[in-house]
Amino acid sequence: MERRYSPLLLTVLCVGIAFLYLPMLVLIGFSFNASALASVWGGFSTEWYTELLHNQQILKAAALSLEVAALSSTGALVLGTLAAISLVRFTRFRGRLLLTGMVNAPLVMPEIITGITQLLLFVSMLQLVGWPSRGMTTIVISHIAFCTAYVTITVQSRLATADRSLEEAAMDLGASPLQAFLDVTLPIISPALISSWLLSFTLSLDDLVISSFVSGPRSSTLPMVIYSKVKLGVSPDINALASLIICAVGLCVLTAGYMVRRGERQRLADAQLAR
Amino acid sequence: MERHGRWLIILPPLVFLLVFFLIPFAFALKISFAEAALHIPPFTEVWQITADHHLRLTPSLRNYAYLLNDEVYAVSYLYSLKTAFFSTLICLLIGYPMAYAMARASKATQGILMLVIILPFWTSFLLRVYALEGIIRDNGLLNAALLWLGVIDHPLKIMRTTFAVYLGIVYSYLPFMVLPLFATLEKLDITLLEAASDLGSRPWRAFFDITLPLSMPGVIAGSMLVFIPAIGEYVIPALLGGPDNLMIGRVLWDEFFANHDWPVAAAVSIAFLVLLAGPIAVHQYYRVRQLEH
Repeated sequence: MERRYSPLLLTVLCVGIAFLYLPMLVLIGFSFNASALASVWGGFSTEWYTELLHNQQILKAAALSLEVAALSSTGALVLGTLAAISLVRFTRFRGRLLLTGMVNAPLVMPEIITGITQLLLFVSMLQLVGWPSRGMTTIVISHIAFCTAYVTITVQSRLATADRSLEEAAMDLGASPLQAFLDVTLPIISPALISSWLLSFTLSLDDLVISSFVSGPRSSTLPMVIYSKVKLGVSPDINALASLIICAVGLCVLTAGYMVRRGERQRLADAQLAR
Repeated sequence: MERHGRWLIILPPLVFLLVFFLIPFAFALKISFAEAALHIPPFTEVWQITADHHLRLTPSLRNYAYLLNDEVYAVSYLYSLKTAFFSTLICLLIGYPMAYAMARASKATQGILMLVIILPFWTSFLLRVYALEGIIRDNGLLNAALLWLGVIDHPLKIMRTTFAVYLGIVYSYLPFMVLPLFATLEKLDITLLEAASDLGSRPWRAFFDITLPLSMPGVIAGSMLVFIPAIGEYVIPALLGGPDNLMIGRVLWDEFFANHDWPVAAAVSIAFLVLLAGPIAVHQYYRVRQLEH
């Protein structure tokens, strides 16, 4: 589009971005507040960070959340990639419509409905077959279910644009279909695999609603602990925790963004050389 | 690939989603016909096999009758629709100019702006709502600033109001609106606008005749991405809203965790699904079909 800046548009853009970032910056600032009161600045202090490191409840919940996120994003990566391959490569099979529906539905389903229905399933299954008891297992299963949808959509669009003739060339040269897929197509779609794994990891780490329904009494994830503390009002150690999470995520996204840009520049340079 | 080998690829995701995503709705449907009971699990059986091997059905329509009679459900459903609709509209009104300004920036700036808009999306949703609370609290930064400037002499009551709920939804979901809008506006062919201007069209007229209609796919995609999570929203009305902000997600949550009435919660879920998620799913299905052709 044309490079003509209207001051009104620029103002809206800047105000909009400020609106998105100001609350987070203020939160980070107040995490160093020596006073426990939100409205009073009591001087610079890192005591809430120290306190956070000694809060067993939060540390235990964080460990559980990280474990759940690692397991469910890996599970979702495997299932979602298989689903994407099925939908892109096999144009006709029984159940294709069903699979298409089931990978798209979690994206439009309110979390609270997914949470309730899955809990009812787990409770009924426990009665009928004695498995699974509510806890980490049920949280991981639920998270895999909704993350699979995100993985499938991401990988599907990448796989659809991947050049199939490269794989055919590999097979002409004697590779088996599996080998051709693993050696040729897999490296091409690997950026989509990495980004969908990261997306699943953050979605799982952030989920409050579904986890609250399907978790057992002794397994509280980090968002559940944060929510119960926040519900009661200001807690300075949550400020510290939130700041740590926001900074960690920010750093990861910036690094990923930088690497993607560098990769693109590299590819452009390679294309120039190849000419 | 071999005809049978491919089922090794298709079956794992198909079976997993069938068992853990679709079949749960069948259980919810069944339990919506049960009655609450004081044992584990807290509901009665809908069917039993009697001693002489007959199936005895004991469905109860009590929950659905309750949904129709107790007006809190209809009221909260309509209230959720209204809240989601207006928050989507506000996001659109703020997000459109933002996306438009982004689309006009240079390629290098666009990359940075994209990152700036995406970053909050990766950050914890719950923590962002909590961060917003820090600003609008009675003794929060906004009130402190306004008092200091002398604009007001009493702290404004923002927390636990309808305004706070709207603010929370717009704050949380604005990036979802901006990104699809930017994606369509960026691809817009500017020669069309030049042609309109050459033919004597004023900029505003050109915007309404060309830019807006051509960006409709982005408008629809962004609106869906805001409207759908907003309607089932629980965290925002629970943390920022007052007792009046009864959105359906909150009613469902309380029915489940406070009243322990699982069958009613199951019936609300089924009704909600039929009334809202059903039409959206059908719309999505036709959209996907359209894209495939």
